[in-house]
Amino acid sequence: MAPDKPQHILLPVRVSTIVASFAVALLLNFLPWRSIALAPDFVALTLAFWCIRQPRLVGLGIGWLLGLLTDVGNGVLLGQHALSYSLLAFGAITLSRRILWFALWGQALHVAALLLVAQAVGTAVRLAAGAEFPGWTLAVGPLAGAALWPVVSAVLLAPQRRPIDVDETRPI
Amino acid sequence: MEHTPPPFFKRGPAPLVRLTFFALLSLALIVIDARFRYAEGLRSALSIATQPLQAVATAPAAVAERISTYFAGQSRLREENAELRAKLLEASQTAQRFEAAAAEAARLRRLIGAAERLPGTVTPAEILYTGRDPFSRKIIVDKGTRNGVRAGSPVLDEWGVVGQVTRVHALFSEVTLLTDKDQAIPVQVVRNGLRAVAFGAGTSGLLELRFLAANAEIVNGDRIVTSGIDGTYPPGVAVATVARVERDTATTFARVFCQPAAAVERGRYVLVLGPEATHPAKPREAAPERELDKRPAQTRRPRRKGPDGAG
Repeated sequence: MAPDKPQHILLPVRVSTIVASFAVALLLNFLPWRSIALAPDFVALTLAFWCIRQPRLVGLGIGWLLGLLTDVGNGVLLGQHALSYSLLAFGAITLSRRILWFALWGQALHVAALLLVAQAVGTAVRLAAGAEFPGWTLAVGPLAGAALWPVVSAVLLAPQRRPIDVDETRPI
Repeated sequence: MEHTPPPFFKRGPAPLVRLTFFALLSLALIVIDARFRYAEGLRSALSIATQPLQAVATAPAAVAERISTYFAGQSRLREENAELRAKLLEASQTAQRFEAAAAEAARLRRLIGAAERLPGTVTPAEILYTGRDPFSRKIIVDKGTRNGVRAGSPVLDEWGVVGQVTRVHALFSEVTLLTDKDQAIPVQVVRNGLRAVAFGAGTSGLLELRFLAANAEIVNGDRIVTSGIDGTYPPGVAVATVARVERDTATTFARVFCQPAAAVERGRYVLVLGPEATHPAKPREAAPERELDKRPAQTRRPRRKGPDGAG
């Protein structure tokens, strides 16, 4: 949403869209990925998107709950993703006004930083709990997620876009 | 008169307050789960919500697998058939020999009055996918509590031990591989009966025998099997082969690395052993013996007092 570009007027978001997007993101995360470290975290990405776009609707509580569900589904330490997702939601809400001024790739850079910090927090928790460091491939997932940011924002904003019909008599 | 903001400005607690609350809640959960293992109830309650999603997510892969096997080439099937037939011949011979040996062993055991081991139940299972946690080494298999799988059961494949069931759900269960850093298995060297404990060596995909003295009698190529003294794994199952021994006079222990015998990180099918095989007759508890011991102790006391009183 760079200031020099024309901006679309979006329809108000529906709660059902948000719920459905989180369900689909969880589903994508639960796909049998060959290497989980390389796969983008779709839940984190969707959470970051809604926290940036709708900071009053989606926040830390929802992030925390999604984190718990991810922990249970992945069978990892309970609270690991809950912590990293609440931090991610906090960061996204705090930066939301700033991020929306950038074009899509600028936004993706911000999101990459947010996702990397969230991943680093999860890693720190596991290392503190006695796990072994599995290597720097851990950073690939967040970067892949950030690369998907333009696609994700196009898909998730699609239900809110007003159909463009040319009507000469309408004022807007 | 105090001015309060109108209700449409009220947005609840500040984000930083919320962050502190949720971070503390998560940290409390982490500590409860990692240190005390009290969170299993919450985990199973939440898994009711995640399991349908997981089932849906893994369904396409299963369907794709079914389709690809349907269209598998005729020649490949024929080759595989011949290979399997050869293997079956080999296996039947081994099985015959094993039967004879088992009968002999049973006779001998009866002779020495040892308890006969019950033949255990074996549940074949297919590996669904590898665990979704880059920090540990786990696999998910398609048999759960409904198929009689219990937590703690050993998991084998045709070459040896793969790991141990660490968490069971209704339809699937989680198996921690031998190569996981926290997985330990009591083992024995076949050549000389030396007992040791093998731990996973993490990302290298090897096992490490810890706490072996620097002068322990172990060389490259030694075969290592389960010792069975923990009552979890049946004795005599292949575990690994010694690949590297590092003896350093500066350290008390030798560093012994072994290559796992089973296809720990490659296979597709595994066997989950049932509880009967895993729990041979345990020795009786020491509690009743202590009660018996009390009597002589009590009778001894007056004897000791007797000389004191006399002297």
